[in-house]
Amino acid sequence: MEFFARTGRNTIDGITRIGRASVMFWGAIVARPRPMKSIPLTIKQMYVVGVQSLLIILVSGLFIGMVMGLQGYTVLVNYGAEESLGPMVALSLLRELGPVVTALLFAGRAGSALTAEIGLMKATEQLSSLEMMAVDPLRQVIAPRLWAGILTMPMLALIFSAIGILGGHLVGVDWLGVDAGSYWSIMQSAVDLNEDIMNGVIKSVVFAIVVTWIAVFNGYDSIPTSEGISKATTQTVVHSSLAVLGLDFVLTAVMFGTE
Amino acid sequence: MNSRKMEIAVGLFVSLAVAAFLMLALKVADQGMQGSGETYELFAKFDNIGGLKARSAVKVGGVIIGRVDSISLDKDDFTPVVKLVVSQEYGDFPDTSSVSILTSGLLGEQYVGFQPGFSFDGVDTLKPGDFIEDTKSALVLEDLIGQFLFSRNDE
Repeated sequence: MEFFARTGRNTIDGITRIGRASVMFWGAIVARPRPMKSIPLTIKQMYVVGVQSLLIILVSGLFIGMVMGLQGYTVLVNYGAEESLGPMVALSLLRELGPVVTALLFAGRAGSALTAEIGLMKATEQLSSLEMMAVDPLRQVIAPRLWAGILTMPMLALIFSAIGILGGHLVGVDWLGVDAGSYWSIMQSAVDLNEDIMNGVIKSVVFAIVVTWIAVFNGYDSIPTSEGISKATTQTVVHSSLAVLGLDFVLTAVMFGTE
Repeated sequence: MNSRKMEIAVGLFVSLAVAAFLMLALKVADQGMQGSGETYELFAKFDNIGGLKARSAVKVGGVIIGRVDSISLDKDDFTPVVKLVVSQEYGDFPDTSSVSILTSGLLGEQYVGFQPGFSFDGVDTLKPGDFIEDTKSALVLEDLIGQFLFSRNDE
């Protein structure tokens, strides 16, 4: 009996959480948007969420591109096909690694910070005092953070892919001696703007919505104690990483599965 | 940090993202070369197209003059019809031109090799929508091996 009771409780809890998250998302994003007033707040959050994540994105993008150049070369050179290094690096970055790794890094770097910040605002009753002053915390606090995450993550993913392709060039062409002309020209004939780049952007927009939503909601819904905030922060990283990896499979199957 | 510096930082960040997108679109996908200029269509019927795909290149002596737009099957005689889109810049090929399906390198992808025919008096030029009569199909490895074994048996 206890088992069934627990299952039922967890199910009801989960569904009410999804409901609360949807209500929060609706109130912050969809209902009554005030673009003129929220633009300065959004720019501040874009600085916190986007610009400050730039370093980790640049460094990891460069190194992932370099590692792919190195590993791809050692395999491809066996078949005399090292010229195909360009499309290999470019397609895997644009279709998969760019959006996915950016989303995972973003969840760890910016998502956890968002959760902790909003959770502490709740614990110190700043959100309640905003409501006391007739300021809607959904619009003043939550909406700018959601918009900033949704806008910046696709940009970070594009930067990640671009720097990764340059990293692959650095190792493959400058170090291992693949011909620079064929690195670029075979890449150009293999990569399509709509098929590859745009689908990667769509992917990262979906990931951006999911990760930022999870991060902001976990903070907004956290138990206002130090333990509750730490739990919410952990949940943000775990849930958003799982959601990104799961959604990535679904999106890949829809976009590239039927070729 | 004051808001002026922050706005500059965000502005730089957005321009960096735009630069990354432009680099991906122009340098990696090479969209600039492709979309420019007007094109016209030509059709060709093959017995067997092998591994030819939409977006494969059409080349004259190695120079890309167009792309394969689509591949379909003729409903009457069940042969593949390949629709080629050729840049307007390369027009006025003689009617006697031929196309064949070739492979770049040993394991490379297949492309359409376009062989301009001789033009002398009385030969028309290919007009948009024309069918190219002289076509050579792709080489299929199994057919080649079959022919080879067959000719060995004769000896």
